[in-house]
Amino acid sequence: MNQRKSVTLIDELRTLLAPGLLLTELSDIRPYGFDGTAGLKGEATAVVFPATAEAVSKIVKLCAAHNTPIVTRGTGTGLSGGSTPSEGCIVLCTVEMNRILETDTKNLTMLVEPGVVTQDIDEAAAAQNLFYPPDPSSMKISTIGGNVANNSGGLRGLKYGVTRDYVMGLEVVTADGTVQWLGSKCVKDVAGYSLRDVFIGSEGTLGIITKILIKLIPRPKAKATLLATYPSMREAAETVSAIIAAQIIPCTLEFLDRKTIRCVEDFAQVGLPDCEALLFMETDGHPTVVAEEIEAMERIARECGANDVTRARDDLHAIQLATARRSAFSALARIRPTTILEDATVPRSELAKMVAFIEATGKKYELEIATFGHMGDGNLHPTFLTDERDHEEMERVELAMKAIFDFTIELGGTITGEHGVGLAKRKFLPTQFDPGSYALLRKVKRALDPNNLLNPGKIFELDEYDAEQE
Amino acid sequence: MQNRNEPKKLRLEAMNYSMLQQCMHCGMCLPTCPTYMETKRERNSPRGRIAWMRAIADGDAELDKDFADEIYDCLGCLACVSACPADVDYATLFEAARVDVEEQDVAGPGQRVFWRWLAVKTIFMHPRLLRLVGRSLYLYQASGLQALIRRSGLLRLLPKRLADLEPQTPKIRAEFSHQLIKQTEAPEHSRYCVGLMTGCVQDLAFSDINRDTADVLLHNDCSVVCPGVQPCCGSLHAHNGELELAKKLARQQIDLFKPETLDAIITNAGGCGSHLKTYGHLLANDPEYAERAQEWDRKLKDIHEWLVEIDFTPPLINEGSKNASQIITYHESCHLCHGQKIRSQPRKILDAIPGLQRVELKESDWCCGSAGIYNITRPETSAKLLDRKLGHIEATGSTTIATSNPGCHLQIQNGLKKAGKTATIRHPISLLAEAYR
Repeated sequence: MNQRKSVTLIDELRTLLAPGLLLTELSDIRPYGFDGTAGLKGEATAVVFPATAEAVSKIVKLCAAHNTPIVTRGTGTGLSGGSTPSEGCIVLCTVEMNRILETDTKNLTMLVEPGVVTQDIDEAAAAQNLFYPPDPSSMKISTIGGNVANNSGGLRGLKYGVTRDYVMGLEVVTADGTVQWLGSKCVKDVAGYSLRDVFIGSEGTLGIITKILIKLIPRPKAKATLLATYPSMREAAETVSAIIAAQIIPCTLEFLDRKTIRCVEDFAQVGLPDCEALLFMETDGHPTVVAEEIEAMERIARECGANDVTRARDDLHAIQLATARRSAFSALARIRPTTILEDATVPRSELAKMVAFIEATGKKYELEIATFGHMGDGNLHPTFLTDERDHEEMERVELAMKAIFDFTIELGGTITGEHGVGLAKRKFLPTQFDPGSYALLRKVKRALDPNNLLNPGKIFELDEYDAEQE
Repeated sequence: MQNRNEPKKLRLEAMNYSMLQQCMHCGMCLPTCPTYMETKRERNSPRGRIAWMRAIADGDAELDKDFADEIYDCLGCLACVSACPADVDYATLFEAARVDVEEQDVAGPGQRVFWRWLAVKTIFMHPRLLRLVGRSLYLYQASGLQALIRRSGLLRLLPKRLADLEPQTPKIRAEFSHQLIKQTEAPEHSRYCVGLMTGCVQDLAFSDINRDTADVLLHNDCSVVCPGVQPCCGSLHAHNGELELAKKLARQQIDLFKPETLDAIITNAGGCGSHLKTYGHLLANDPEYAERAQEWDRKLKDIHEWLVEIDFTPPLINEGSKNASQIITYHESCHLCHGQKIRSQPRKILDAIPGLQRVELKESDWCCGSAGIYNITRPETSAKLLDRKLGHIEATGSTTIATSNPGCHLQIQNGLKKAGKTATIRHPISLLAEAYR
């Protein structure tokens, strides 16, 4: 029955899309069965590549008529399984919608399609001496649509915030297939609910983003980069606290532990020293301020017990160091076959406790956990180095993960700082929400997507039982 | 396809599974993969291809013609290997996949079978035959017959593919390497004794580069041992699924050069070097050759790598070079930069040559589309990559392009010629040799 339905849907899609924009052969759609998340796989019925919002609208209407779910995907670099296909779904891939439509230098905005690569946005902004700060580690290939749908963070989150802070407007195709514009070029705009914000971070469960109006800021004129090494984690954490207490907000305060340092150095060969902990720090802005701040940061690092504090030799060296840091997650895959990255985030004041707990949890469950992350904003990436084929070990990973999440919540933190809930963290979500707010989440979903067609099963399950309860 | 008696276990199934598992599909490879960036379809990406290999190893997918096509769509440029933080050994996976495709005979008939037979199994297995082909080609070109035939319009009678290829035939040199380089040559004061590999295409089309390499080595106090008849290094074979032939050639090379008698064995072709450095791996299970192959790997050096290692003598600034300023750019051979990780050394050498002003080439480490015999088997993709490369070259305003691999050399040379450009393409070592003279 189901089979027959999807055949007719595919026939209809075929009349709508040019041959290269619809994939139905298993060999073509297999690689759309996963994203950047370990161990999660699904299988789509077809993959479509619409080039316009109109085409997206038609696809959504067709899928709705056939009661077939749609999973939206950019370049598939997500880290929570958010774009892995649901059973029998159509994957809607945005890579053909990849134009920068307008750069407005009077209002400092840029209008783009969702398939534009994040780094290309910042490069286009740089050509006008403007700046798009959010810089997730996958920025060389991640798409802006995916960034908005997951409200991605990045290395510069501490000073500049996250993707949400740079979205002024969105065009979305909602579950009924209609195209809506939400937002404006106005810095101040309080007309009605901020519906745009409902769609930011909605992980493709409420609508499909087809245009994004981005806010840009002036490009900082100067930047300085510092590398500090430590005999232990404690001194690194103290440095971070002392810098913030000195009322300096650097754009980047990244932390790497010994395991991560070793893997990153193996790959990038940028001369990272052998040490227990390392801070990668950057400050940017007006040249005079940058000069003052970097000096102060250097002094604080030494006072807090750093072994060694060095400045990047030049711009190229600074870029090499940042690129090396961005490879951390993937580089950790060198150690064990399966690499599971977590995203637990705590208030900054609780960082030291959290790091110590992660270390103790690793020991308790006899697991290899490497930790790196955005120390300045409390966003840590404890990473399990394991083997998905070792079921006994995977059980221990599950237990350790639960322990880490429980402790995160205890400290007033969140189970995900920047990767999204997707499939990977779905079961931990109820621990963070009380029953009322958890129900509210699902009420919003049901209001906007009553037939549960858009990325079903992501963030939370919306089953029959659920509907009766509410 | 006929039934075989006992189906041989696939390499993809037999290999250590963790090699396939190593790919965590993070996507960091995507922006560096020329075929993915061209189509934006995951099956044409490194992680897509690896997922397919894994599906075959898991028994979830058939090793079929579709897979064979995909594996032959891959350039084998190894840009993904440079980009991969997780250290996935794509080169080995890729080679295993091609061996499986060939051994299972799933690629299907067609012109490619003829080309493979002619190139991989025949001409490049027999150095003397290769030279005979080269000599004939030279006579065809030098006698004026080529010009006559080109004018006559007879080429139109050839199948389109062949007619398109004819202008790409390399210009064969009048003298091959053995006519230019003695079996042993020694400098006044010898510090090192090195073997010089003359290559196949290099030997026929660029024997002058081999002579230049010998001159540069002599200038840097290296005695040069250069056997007159050298077999192919086997890279063409390994990359096209013929591992047994590749092993045979590796053993021949080791016997010919006797690595235990030399300080280093020098190659000046990026593609050959990348494969030559893997004899240890190739012959690991050969009790007679395993150890010698490891020594071979240790001593095998790309010419740029070797020169920087021995702290080469920079050329002197003379009257001619003092004021001259020639804008030059450097295109990296994939198997030199991605395969051998040699990036800074050729630049260092170029920067040491007086009178050259080097401008960085955008996407200097992107494949030019030559990729072994890819420009014959996949002419359309190859042409797109060449156009992309030529566009970036044009933007540098260079009058000279330096590169260190005969495949790239010919591909870019043909591209420049077709586009009516006057810029010339040279090997960095030829430029260095000239500066020494």
